[in-house]
Amino acid sequence: MAQTADALEHLTEISSQIEAAVVLDREGTVVAATVDDERAGRMAGAALELFRRADEQREQELVQLDAALEGGSVFVVRDADRLIAATTRAEPTVGLVFYDLKSCLRSLGEAPPEKPKPKPKRAPAKRRTTTPRSRTTTRKKKDESG
Amino acid sequence: MRAARTLVLGAALGSAAGAVLLRRRARSRDRVELYFDDGTLVTVGKGQPDAERLLSPARELLVAARG
Repeated sequence: MAQTADALEHLTEISSQIEAAVVLDREGTVVAATVDDERAGRMAGAALELFRRADEQREQELVQLDAALEGGSVFVVRDADRLIAATTRAEPTVGLVFYDLKSCLRSLGEAPPEKPKPKPKRAPAKRRTTTPRSRTTTRKKKDESG
Repeated sequence: MRAARTLVLGAALGSAAGAVLLRRRARSRDRVELYFDDGTLVTVGKGQPDAERLLSPARELLVAARG
């Protein structure tokens, strides 16, 4: 949930065209949204209805849609088990909005990056106060028997 | 003086007519584009069969987003 909210926050940061967005599952349950719960629920219901009706148009599976309306545009994109719906001002850059929405969905599908394990801290090296010992070599004792 | 008034009136009527035309044109642009997994794109425009079935929830979505 927090990861989804982060992804949506990132989406609205990178795309100035997107006014509102909601992520929902295939049953219409809101996963995260940029608007309050009441509006998010209404958006999710309308998006799911729109997507289902559009999906009935052909035998092939619908992957995305956009609707250009008088006061703005709406977009719905799906992945394996989620949908993302977004609204924009009128006449947006359609390709760019689709790209941003797909990137957002893709980022939700990825596992969160593992935090690198902190390296064990080494104890600070002690300063030598005495002169270093002279190197000693150990010789193998000659085999006295030989 | 009269000519000036007529000119102003004419300009006002002209701009009003232009606004109405633009609004009508914008309304007629209402359309839904559907992208299917086999790469096909289907455009359903206002006036076509099934258009209102798709445009209606799309409008609801836009209204809901704007509160």
